[in-house]
Amino acid sequence: MNVAAQVAAMPPPEGSFGAGFSWAIARDLTLALRHPGETLLVVAFFVLVASLFPMGVGADPQLLLRIGPGVIWVCALLAAFLSLPSLFAADYADGTLEQMVLSPHPMPGWVSGKIAAHWLVSGLPLTVLSPLLGLQYGLEVATLAALAAALAIGTPVLSLLGAACSALALGARGGGILLALLALPLFVPVLIFGAGAAEAQAAGLSSAPHLSLLGALAIVATMGLPFAVCAAVRIALD
Amino acid sequence: MTIEARALTCSRGAVTLFREVSFRIERGEWFAVRGSNGSGKTTLLRCVAGLTRLDAGEVHREGNVAYAGHLAGIKDDLSAEENLRGSLALAGATVGPEQARAALDEVGLLRRRALPSRRLSAGQRRRIGLARLMLDPAPIWILDEPLTALDDDGQALFARTLARHLERGGLALVATHHDLALTPARLLRLGA
Repeated sequence: MNVAAQVAAMPPPEGSFGAGFSWAIARDLTLALRHPGETLLVVAFFVLVASLFPMGVGADPQLLLRIGPGVIWVCALLAAFLSLPSLFAADYADGTLEQMVLSPHPMPGWVSGKIAAHWLVSGLPLTVLSPLLGLQYGLEVATLAALAAALAIGTPVLSLLGAACSALALGARGGGILLALLALPLFVPVLIFGAGAAEAQAAGLSSAPHLSLLGALAIVATMGLPFAVCAAVRIALD
Repeated sequence: MTIEARALTCSRGAVTLFREVSFRIERGEWFAVRGSNGSGKTTLLRCVAGLTRLDAGEVHREGNVAYAGHLAGIKDDLSAEENLRGSLALAGATVGPEQARAALDEVGLLRRRALPSRRLSAGQRRRIGLARLMLDPAPIWILDEPLTALDDDGQALFARTLARHLERGGLALVATHHDLALTPARLLRLGA
């Protein structure tokens, strides 16, 4: 079978944002399915730490009610952080990142695809599980809904910010610690508005202002951060 | 489809790796890059591919680039076939399962196509890269030591693959310490 003749007959490939996006998301999800351990670790960490708090601070319902949303948010933030170090480092170490940079697809396409895949295996399960954990703290249904809504809007921002930091830390020795120092301070606004939404709801106020601010953060992050990631990846490969 | 490099200069820290390197590769030609270890072959190739920034000079590439460096770009958890089809999809080529299998057959990996790549030897992993080159429609090949870990049969297969690529109007820039059956149009010597 003449492979060369078949190749010669192919039209020259043209890259597109969508093709790069779907390529990256499909591949990263396949890899995550092959090794579900990392995803399960993130979820297990979230559930364990959020369950340890009530045991540590005592079973005072009033106290648990007050600290619940904040604790769940901090746990979600740390859990989402757990899977960040390998986001680009694995592709960097085996040479796939070079191939992606040289592909005809525009960089923001596959970068966004990778970030979306990261959210699907970290932010999404955390969001889905958060109401269950909220029950441990005795949160009301309306508060649970506000908590889940805030996580649904906020965790994509964590994935975007985390991806930018993860790309910046590429190739640095002790990248994990550097990543924590870079990323965790940047997560602070998301934490404040996210936990604020549920706390406002618990206090009988509207969670809408917090959710709107969180939504604004999400829009700005979606528009801007993939380009920052592209620049950081280029620097890392230079 | 040409590649033209004008007065390329690149330094790493205080060391100038190469200065004012110029060349032009036309369709159907391949250039070999030679030089001792540390003379800047990899850096030159990465500059021409567009991965590393140049201190001075410019590179004009007409056409897509297929780059194969020291790192194979192979995912350990995916099989040879998945790696092959994945890297081709990334290169923008739509390749059916039959074509992928024909290429894997040619490089001798047909029976091992479903094994996770972590269970393949270094040479077999190289052969996945070879199969990818066979199917990659990119006219420009930039290859860094493509013969590493390949046995005699693999090296002959590489030479045939390169010859076919040149026949159909492709061009290549190859850094290698080995002598190929195919004579390069020009030898670029670095660090002389």
